[in-house]
Amino acid sequence: MEAFPVPLKIIMEAVKHFINAIASPKILFNIVFLFYLIVFPPFKFFQRIHDALGIDRLWTKRGGIFIFSLMFLAFAFGLTDANFRLIVLKPDNVPIVALLFLVVFFLWFAMTQAKENDEAIAKGDKPKEYADSREKVLVFPDLVYIEFLCLIFVAVLLAVWAIGLPAPLEQPANPTVSPNPSKAPWYFLGLQEMLVYFDPWIAGVVLPTAILLGLMCIPYIDKNRKGLGYYTYQDRKMAINTFMFFWLVLWMFLIFIGTFLRGPNWSFFGPFEYWDHNKLEVLNNINLSQYVFMIWLKQGMPSNILLREAPGFLVLAVYFGLLPAIFAKTIFKDLYQRIGGIRYSIFVVFLLMALALPIKMYLRWLFNIKYIIAIPEFFFNI
Amino acid sequence: MSADPNKPSLFDKFKNTQFYRSIFRTGVPVVSHRQRMMVMLNSVFLHLHPVRLPKHAVKVRYTWCMGGLSFFIFLVLTVTGILLMFYYRPTIEYAYGDVMDLSQQVPLGIMREIHRWGAHLMVITVWLHMFRVFMTGSYKPPREFNWVVGVVLLVLTMLMSFTGYLLPWDQLAIWAITVGSNMAGATPFLGMNGPGSSLLSIGDVNFVTSVSDARFAMLGGRFVGGGALLRFYVLHCIGLPFIIMIFMIVHFWRVRKDGGISGPT
Ligand code: HEM
Repeated sequence: MEAFPVPLKIIMEAVKHFINAIASPKILFNIVFLFYLIVFPPFKFFQRIHDALGIDRLWTKRGGIFIFSLMFLAFAFGLTDANFRLIVLKPDNVPIVALLFLVVFFLWFAMTQAKENDEAIAKGDKPKEYADSREKVLVFPDLVYIEFLCLIFVAVLLAVWAIGLPAPLEQPANPTVSPNPSKAPWYFLGLQEMLVYFDPWIAGVVLPTAILLGLMCIPYIDKNRKGLGYYTYQDRKMAINTFMFFWLVLWMFLIFIGTFLRGPNWSFFGPFEYWDHNKLEVLNNINLSQYVFMIWLKQGMPSNILLREAPGFLVLAVYFGLLPAIFAKTIFKDLYQRIGGIRYSIFVVFLLMALALPIKMYLRWLFNIKYIIAIPEFFFNI
Repeated sequence: MSADPNKPSLFDKFKNTQFYRSIFRTGVPVVSHRQRMMVMLNSVFLHLHPVRLPKHAVKVRYTWCMGGLSFFIFLVLTVTGILLMFYYRPTIEYAYGDVMDLSQQVPLGIMREIHRWGAHLMVITVWLHMFRVFMTGSYKPPREFNWVVGVVLLVLTMLMSFTGYLLPWDQLAIWAITVGSNMAGATPFLGMNGPGSSLLSIGDVNFVTSVSDARFAMLGGRFVGGGALLRFYVLHCIGLPFIIMIFMIVHFWRVRKDGGISGPT
């Protein structure tokens, strides 16, 4: 920091304060969500914004240079800050920083090839993989050499990494002293982040199971036979737009939040903020049933559990029972006709489960809703 | 490198010895089409591959080499893991000290580093491999089932990493596993803190308790202690590698049987 002249320092501090200020889950999630909607527009409305902004110019060489200059600049700027360095350069976080750059790089790499192919297809040509695929090459030496080079590259990378960065070892295990924050391994931090909005049985058991089952179902739900064996966007727009929501927003983004922006007590910290153990977020959340009976109907809570939670069950029934039917007649009409009832039902149920997370986030932020259904007597809280 | 190109080098001479030719069955030098094919067919390792491939399939820009790298890193982890096992004892008394000694006492002790960073890297390459397979639409028929096998491999990779996380037996380790295993305690019906667990009872007798629920099964105890360490060790070193190898064999077999690397038709 001392290396910078004073006026620059002031500007840099101002920028950091601004970033810290907007870095709260509410604002950050909305920014990322909006970003997703515009870059991979699932609806016509956002498609128009996408076109107006010319987003697909990102998927070119110049777009790539733009994205990466921006990322490296932001990163270099961040590194001037002590708090930022502390989190980002923690040995166990280094792979996650690498992941951030790798995910963006390969996204760009895939989409750029897709754009090239799409342009060729639009002109009536074949994707570029096609010409190559007519030509056969011998695996020895052509492939074996490429593999060999890849192996050497990764082996050297690992060796350098291992020599340069010692594996951390903290204090010996002590069951009586729990560190704050206690974090799960980084690839589970998306799940831990969901714990803010859902109870462990949903965030830790039901949703992970659903994620895996949903992944396994992809090949059976996606009946689009185009777009096999070459990079393309136009030929499978809906599949890619949907996947990106899961992959970028629910998978990567949540992991990055959990790793870099969650500190003591799982409180949220901006990237340049000091991890203050005394920072406590005020939580005065109430349940849907309390809303209904105490605030709207102005009466006591019913003593019968089922009656008490009836509003929640109703909401759930509408969400999983009625919405799929309504969607099938409206926004997903084409899809429903294309893939049929069974595939459609499976797809919609997984989609609704995934959307439950952002919905719960908004309910929390806008109305302080804690649970839709709250039966703590049976650990059944949703 | 001899000055006269026609004069065989020492290595060329070596390749003509009975000894060399007994190992590499293909004759030397490997120049003809037929010989190049025989290199593939004669080697049990290279034989995982087909002999010929369409050109797009060998390009890095198509596969990103990610599946192959995942496998390579798995092999690196196996080798370094075996080396680590020479020094490591999975008990509360010794585990932490053994890990400490690995970096302080063992000459050239970077095996732990390679193993740890390699494990992180493998999770990343497997994810990127999945992403590549999605982006080329390679899960479409006839490769649906291999995608499912892939998802199983993804889970197993993460479980391998998760079980390994506990072994250094430091604060990071036990508390990360505590966070993770608390989720098991919330499994519906099977976890003590899960919904519906209190329904599994007869009269006053509860079947799902802190000593009989899913979390207990995972940890071999009511908290992350010696039982958990042994369980995770056995799973990490024997159980999960065994299972993941079986699924990898199926995965690679299916890549071949489903018609090799996907391509445009
Ligand atoms: C331990 C983890 C894994 C290993 C070692 C592995 C290895 C491989 C290898 C070597 C290939 C050949 C082509 C390539 O390198 O891209 C391949 C192809 C394939 N993998 Fe994996 N894989 C793993 C995990 C996964 C996962 C998580 C998925 C998907 C969820 C998956 C789905 C597929 C499919 C569908 C193919 C065929 C691709 C094509 O024909 O283009 N694999 N895998």
